[in-house]
Amino acid sequence: MKAVAALLAGLMFGAGLAFSGMLDSARVLGFLDVAGAWDPRLAFVLAGAVAVSAIGYAVARRMPHPVLAERFEIPAARPIDGRLLGGAALFGVGWGLAGFCPGPAIAAISLGLPKALSFLAAMLVGMGLYAAPWKFLFWNAGTSTQTPASSSALPLD
Amino acid sequence: MTTFTPYLPSLAGGLLIGLSAALLLLLDGRIAGVSGIAGALLQRPARENVWRGAFIVGLVLGPVLLAALRGQWPVVHVLASWPTPVIAGLLVGFGTRLGSGCTSGHGVCGLARLSPRSVAAVVTFMAVAVATVFVGRHLIGFDA
Repeated sequence: MKAVAALLAGLMFGAGLAFSGMLDSARVLGFLDVAGAWDPRLAFVLAGAVAVSAIGYAVARRMPHPVLAERFEIPAARPIDGRLLGGAALFGVGWGLAGFCPGPAIAAISLGLPKALSFLAAMLVGMGLYAAPWKFLFWNAGTSTQTPASSSALPLD
Repeated sequence: MTTFTPYLPSLAGGLLIGLSAALLLLLDGRIAGVSGIAGALLQRPARENVWRGAFIVGLVLGPVLLAALRGQWPVVHVLASWPTPVIAGLLVGFGTRLGSGCTSGHGVCGLARLSPRSVAAVVTFMAVAVATVFVGRHLIGFDA
């Protein structure tokens, strides 16, 4: 049942991205180009999404647990650190270069655009590159006296 | 530009995205963060990956379903020239994992629950993306 709910949520997310026009990287870049012919439409998409999502979080606070799961898996409050800001900055450069972020990149698969598919393939490689050093550090932690993987041990390059 | 009408499809699409995030939260107790969901699927096989796989399948089929209902495919332009899409993809993939989220997890969900980390992340990636487009389009002048 959890998977059925997730499938439905995914369908709505993908349809919402397509309906809003946010699969179009040119429109996204038009929003980011504040010094050119600025296109404010992405702001309306984000405002609409955040407003409804916020209602969801407000309702969730009054529920002991989600309908189909034992507990809410919401990230615990952590300090704002270099990893967060550094990662967001790298993401910002990539987003500004191509006009794609992960949601639209995946949702645009069916359109079969070579450049969009190349972006997606490279994005998955980038995610894998991030995961690889993590695993390496975990394997070492069990067999050596190295300090456990800390956020500062993560290579940024 | 003088009327509100051109913004209605954007707003309606946004409401649908927000409804999706609310649904995933209230039913499954999960954050609708696309980079986190895709990253976890790549990282490790787990029981919890069934719902993640289902979400991604839905995300791919959503636009197909909408196109079938409307009788037309969405218009999508990719302005970046080679090899920019590949470089950008690597940066987005690595950066969203390092920074624990993207436009959906930090943007749609994080801003909705007023997470200070998400607000900081959104301000950072928006500012850097605006600066990247400014440098690319207005200082260097390549087609991005």
